[in-house]
Amino acid sequence: MKCQALLSASLLSLLAACSDSTPTTQAPDAATAGSAARTPAAALLPVVVYSSRQEHLIKPIFDRFTEETGIEVQYQTGEEGPLIARLQAEGSATYADMLYTVDAGNLWSAANKGLLASVDSPVLEANIPEHLQDPENRWFGLSVRARTIIYSTERVDPSELSTYEALADAKWRGRLCLRTSKKVYNMSLVGSMIERLGLETTEELVKGWVANLAAPVFSSDTLVINAIAAGQCDVGLVNTYYLGRELEDHPELPVGLFWANQESSGVHVNVSGAGITRHAKNPEGAKRLLEWLSTDEPQRMFSELNLEFAANPAIPSVELVQSWGEFRQDELNVEAAGRNQAAAVMLMDRVGYR
Amino acid sequence: MGMVRLWQSLGLLVAALVALPIAVVVLQWAVFGLGEQTIWQHLLSTRLDRLTLNPLTLLFGVGIGVSLLGVSLAWLVSTCRFPGRGFFEWALMLPLAIPGYVMAFVYLALFTYAGPVQTWWRAQFGSSAGFPDIQGAGGVILVFSLVLYPYVYMLARSAFLNQGPAVMDAARILGLNGRQAFFRVALPVARPAIAGGVALALMETLADFGAVSVFNFDTYTTAVYSAWYGLFNLQVAAQLASLLLVFVVALLALERYSRRQARYHQRSSAAPRLLNLGRRGWLATAWCGLVLFMAFIVPTGQLLLWVLETGLADLDSRYLEFFWHTLMLGAMAAVLTAVLALLLGWIRRQSGTGRWMPGAVRLATLGYALPGSVLAVGIMLVFTGLDHGLEGLFGFRLMLAGSVAALVLAYVTRFLAVAHAPVEAGMESIRPSMLEAARSLGASPGRVLRCLTIPALRPALLTALILVFVDVMKEMPATLIMRPFGWDTLAVRIYTMTAEGQWERAALPALTLLLVGLVPVILLVRSSSRR
Repeated sequence: MKCQALLSASLLSLLAACSDSTPTTQAPDAATAGSAARTPAAALLPVVVYSSRQEHLIKPIFDRFTEETGIEVQYQTGEEGPLIARLQAEGSATYADMLYTVDAGNLWSAANKGLLASVDSPVLEANIPEHLQDPENRWFGLSVRARTIIYSTERVDPSELSTYEALADAKWRGRLCLRTSKKVYNMSLVGSMIERLGLETTEELVKGWVANLAAPVFSSDTLVINAIAAGQCDVGLVNTYYLGRELEDHPELPVGLFWANQESSGVHVNVSGAGITRHAKNPEGAKRLLEWLSTDEPQRMFSELNLEFAANPAIPSVELVQSWGEFRQDELNVEAAGRNQAAAVMLMDRVGYR
Repeated sequence: MGMVRLWQSLGLLVAALVALPIAVVVLQWAVFGLGEQTIWQHLLSTRLDRLTLNPLTLLFGVGIGVSLLGVSLAWLVSTCRFPGRGFFEWALMLPLAIPGYVMAFVYLALFTYAGPVQTWWRAQFGSSAGFPDIQGAGGVILVFSLVLYPYVYMLARSAFLNQGPAVMDAARILGLNGRQAFFRVALPVARPAIAGGVALALMETLADFGAVSVFNFDTYTTAVYSAWYGLFNLQVAAQLASLLLVFVVALLALERYSRRQARYHQRSSAAPRLLNLGRRGWLATAWCGLVLFMAFIVPTGQLLLWVLETGLADLDSRYLEFFWHTLMLGAMAAVLTAVLALLLGWIRRQSGTGRWMPGAVRLATLGYALPGSVLAVGIMLVFTGLDHGLEGLFGFRLMLAGSVAALVLAYVTRFLAVAHAPVEAGMESIRPSMLEAARSLGASPGRVLRCLTIPALRPALLTALILVFVDVMKEMPATLIMRPFGWDTLAVRIYTMTAEGQWERAALPALTLLLVGLVPVILLVRSSSRR
């Protein structure tokens, strides 16, 4: 009988472990109690955010919000796809008051699935430029990420550079490095080209890029920067903050930044941004957070924490970023990136851009 | 007979519950619409080679890689005497604690054009021409082989130890030399265990997205995620993933068919006698040392360098929490999974087990071959569905989704195969005649399980516990989406750091994860060493 006792004991302890854990599902409520105790105003529900933006980039900002308003911010970080699927599956029962992602495409997709509510806010309208928000106000860009041309300062004269399109020129044969087409930044860039130039022209251009590749496409922007520095290729396309990070660590890096398409459409930009969920339990708190995120202090924090650009044009960039000079943004609504994303993915598949 | 029926029904119920999320994924075929059709046409016309040729190359290469490494190492340490044998016996399990995506990044960083190895090469020979491309199939196969060989090594090693001296002695007496005895007797007898290990390695290779995306190597999972993240179509992603399952089922069936009716019952209480290799022993030492160097010392060393470079700035009290959560989740999931694997394996072994049981178990162990995020969504759909259903019935919400219980069950679905493989290999080695004898003496099935099967399976169960524990610790997609608020683990921390390509900053959580992983590996080693 001894062995039976052992088995049942272990099963019981397991069940106990499982049921012990159930209270953690109440975490948001528990936290409510905590913040209510701190702020006598009571009734300050926490705001729950599903975020695909990294913890260390949002936590300081959310902490600041809590300091200022007494409203707790709870966040669950993860990948966009599963987070959006979770939001959809939870439906009206969702914990989430806000969805925060790092590109417009996913916000567009969430809005398209009816997961985000339209927000009517004069504050947001005043602080966030028209092209960085959803035309139906279901999401708002909060920080801007510019994707532009970088070059080897040793082998390329910036006067040789002009536009994204020109990188398809045979002159760059065997000299171009790109990141994989599976990264949403490239989907967005090609999506915006489809919007401006049409499918056929874009396909020809991207085909030209692929023909010019010096090496198989890389899995990250940082690898592209290092490849240019090491001499594997001469030009590439990256989001500026990746170069900023590398330059912070290695100021002597022989890689320069060139603002693309200044004579034509402007530099392609994407946003990290957020929207309020349709079934938010705390829509007032979420709106307050969203509006606050568009104001001066958090906007400055966005540009400082990750060397991005504030969505609010009144906020200056950090010194390193300013050293790259002023540039003109593409004012095509970033929503186009989401709308054209599927077409862009298929186009890149067709021309063999892996 | 009534008892047996009862056990069978219980087994079917458990298997069905575990298989439910897998069924949810497969059921996505039911929503096949116009949008899906367009995407399928596109995939077939542009990606057919990458959907078929690349994964097959990978399977073939990794299959050979892990078999070569795992079997040769297991044979050496369990039957030969050479310098360092005692050390290598446990040290060779250590790479198990390194997540595949971490190994991939370390190798990529070391061997790209801009990396230290090629930079040195150019300094010596003037150009990088002729240097193999690490981003090609060869590099990916190398990384998978280094990360996954421990599955084969562990299972093969216990099989060789179980064989005892008798098998080899008989072969030698019949006039075979050492090599012949190995290939014609020892290896075939260990085959169920080796096949189990290779199957695990290949299922993980097929389901992997982390390592292949570091190399930007296009394989089947790439298309799954591209349909989901790129084309915003989760249905097609799930459909693609379930096609993958069909392939896996076929592969497993093929292996079973090739074994046909052969049965391998072997159990010896004595360990095999160690063969003295003499001076050639140093060759064995060199081989074991090389594998350990590439699979463990290189990645650990690189991580350590990065930690020192980026500083320990990130290290704070939260790490204690990550550490604790990782350990708790691993332990809970490992115990539950091992218990269920034992239960299912045992019920299946009962005579007159019915037609459904083998199929049900096979279905329930398929979670390991599904891409992690896709399975995670399947699991989430089951729990949110359950929440909605219960609310309809009782009028209140339990919020099962997002509870620790749900996360632990998610791990069970994902890793049942990992516990099942050693348990089944262990079961195979128990002579059915023993069980029959016990039953003919009037013992109830429960008593047979308690007092005969479990003691005989102790080493196999321990292997199962530790494999699942380590796998749960490394698991990322299900943890990310199913974890309750505030339950961040080390793997989640790694994700946070790598999401934007800051791999150097992920070195600290990765190294911590490795340290946690060493605990169970060493535990296993100490209890499974030669009896």
